[in-house]
Amino acid sequence: MERINMAFTRWRVFATLLVAFALVAAACGGDDDADTAGPAQPAEVLKVAFVHVGPVADKGWSWAHDQGVQYLKAQLGDAVEITTLETISEGADSQRVFEDLAAAGNKLIFGTSFGYMDPMLAAAENFPDTVFMHATGYKTSEGMGNYFGAAEEGRYLSGMAAGAATETNLIGYVAAFPIPEVLRGINAFTLGAQEVNPDVQVQVVWTSTWFDPPKEKTAAESLLDAGADVIAMHQDSAAPGQAAEAAGAKWVGYNTDMTEFAPTAWLTAAIWNWGPIYLATAEQVIAGTWKSEAFYGNMAGGMVALAPFGDSVEQATRDLILEREAQIKDGSFSVFPDPIINQDGESQPLGDIFGMDFFVEGVIGSSSG
Amino acid sequence: MNESQLILTIVAAIGLGTPLIFATVGETITERAGILNLGVQGMMLIGAVSGFWATFHTGSLLLGVIVAMIAGAALSAVHAFTSITLRVNQIVSGLALTLFGTGLASFLGRAGSNPLVGNPSRKVFEPLFSGAITEIAVVGPLLFGHDILVYTAIAVAGGASYYLFNTRMGLSLRAVGEDPASAESAGVSVARVRYIHVMVGGSLAGLGGAYFSLVLVPTWQDDPIGAAGWIAIALVILSSWRPWRAVVAAYLFGAAERFQFTLQTLGEPWSAVPSTLLAMLPFVLAIAAMIVLTSGKRARLLGAPAALGIPYFREQR
Repeated sequence: MERINMAFTRWRVFATLLVAFALVAAACGGDDDADTAGPAQPAEVLKVAFVHVGPVADKGWSWAHDQGVQYLKAQLGDAVEITTLETISEGADSQRVFEDLAAAGNKLIFGTSFGYMDPMLAAAENFPDTVFMHATGYKTSEGMGNYFGAAEEGRYLSGMAAGAATETNLIGYVAAFPIPEVLRGINAFTLGAQEVNPDVQVQVVWTSTWFDPPKEKTAAESLLDAGADVIAMHQDSAAPGQAAEAAGAKWVGYNTDMTEFAPTAWLTAAIWNWGPIYLATAEQVIAGTWKSEAFYGNMAGGMVALAPFGDSVEQATRDLILEREAQIKDGSFSVFPDPIINQDGESQPLGDIFGMDFFVEGVIGSSSG
Repeated sequence: MNESQLILTIVAAIGLGTPLIFATVGETITERAGILNLGVQGMMLIGAVSGFWATFHTGSLLLGVIVAMIAGAALSAVHAFTSITLRVNQIVSGLALTLFGTGLASFLGRAGSNPLVGNPSRKVFEPLFSGAITEIAVVGPLLFGHDILVYTAIAVAGGASYYLFNTRMGLSLRAVGEDPASAESAGVSVARVRYIHVMVGGSLAGLGGAYFSLVLVPTWQDDPIGAAGWIAIALVILSSWRPWRAVVAAYLFGAAERFQFTLQTLGEPWSAVPSTLLAMLPFVLAIAAMIVLTSGKRARLLGAPAALGIPYFREQR
């Protein structure tokens, strides 16, 4: 597979297009030339592309997706040809990236960030023969499927570890953007923390970025200075954990097992396993059985899991968390109650969790950013 | 906001401002020679990765800093060659340097069988002082709570200021930036002066980058410096090409970077301010200051080198 970073992405896409044009020109120039130019690719090779918002080396969100890509590659081998684009900005410009990839012959394109949703929808309309798959959003179309998972289940469990660890009863939460996915995570985390520690409060600060290590670390430090002694995060880098480690505080990560960045601070984290959905989708596209749908994985299905515990998590807490995990998996415990108590202390119907736009009681901060 | 939070915020602002001082003073020296180098972001990233690499393999922070400075200087030499010897458009060359440096840094971070990426630093700069002196109320954390590079940055700014305005070589440098033809007729080698100072600027940018990978975010990750290189270029104008003002501007910018988060923790009425507005704070500050500084009669006092960005053709005098 190719790994391309930000600076060269456009050039590589451009170069790919150029090569594509050259091949088309060669093919048009003379039928015989095309055969002598090289062995034709076997028809069954599926070209698959992945577009990430950050570098796959972030050891966080994009890295977790790339682990899934490696799994796909290991399972299907030469039957797939994979292109990975990193650090592609969200927003309208990403439509061009998706269309370039489709024009370059990719028949299955994954976009792994929320902000790709509408650009991808538009690209799917322009390239009806290509299968588009968008992670984390809420829209689908005939050519675009959606996939995500119940991170809130893992968030709830990691919140229990944080609630047991805090002594100041103030947990700091470094959060990226006020979208339903992030709000679900914060609320589930807070409910989990409150289960083991009813007095706990969760202070949220917004960074307006998915991946900006110095900024995320600075945000975590501002929370520590405000009296938080546990840091949680919805960010793609491990930088908030380094702030916690340096301050002697505790840390709940996200996306992957990040123990190595802050071994003393580490408690646990909700983590992702994307491999199976990538494999299943590629197999469906190859077999011609793919249909657009909104797939929502969970802990029972293995898409979401809990990372290994840090040394400081006490045995009693571990037992409690594992018991809850078993209940979540067998369906006897649901993370969000209905009705639910909101930030103002009022009871309200839970509503559609995919459009969640409020904070639960105990969260400090603004749910609109 | 309580008193200790205010002090911690200022301490953090000083830390966040320190890499900006290195890069801004470096770019100031470069631009004083009449060369505009927009490759600061690239040079900082190369400094960040090479400094991290050296410390990772040797365990020596001093070596990390030295290697970062050499790497930054080496990359800036490319810009010096294209803009001084080949006389190509300096904006294009500088932007190319940033693209190249960004790509090279993430490539180097992943190269080899034991890549740097995802690894924490083996060593981190610790605060220089310890014990009673750091525990004095207010003064302790503010003045004595920093690592050695924080003090080095101030010394570099002071040294650069003295060099620029109080030495014969500094005078030559400014002359080259203002009017290279006249400087040349006074016996100054324009090309030599420009080469030297572009590379000095590059080495300081490299050092600024290393401050990120060895102090602020001591892990190798792609793109660990945010937009610091671009901010430094803005700070050069904001500080009107004067190193001491660069210190103030950098700390102000560091404070704004930090304050956007501190404000969110202060509760009503501050928490009602949208965080996206707060995220703009550093940039609003920079633009506002530049408007104030560059409007009307003040513009003349701003002091941009007259020959900045203009290729010098000796034979066209």
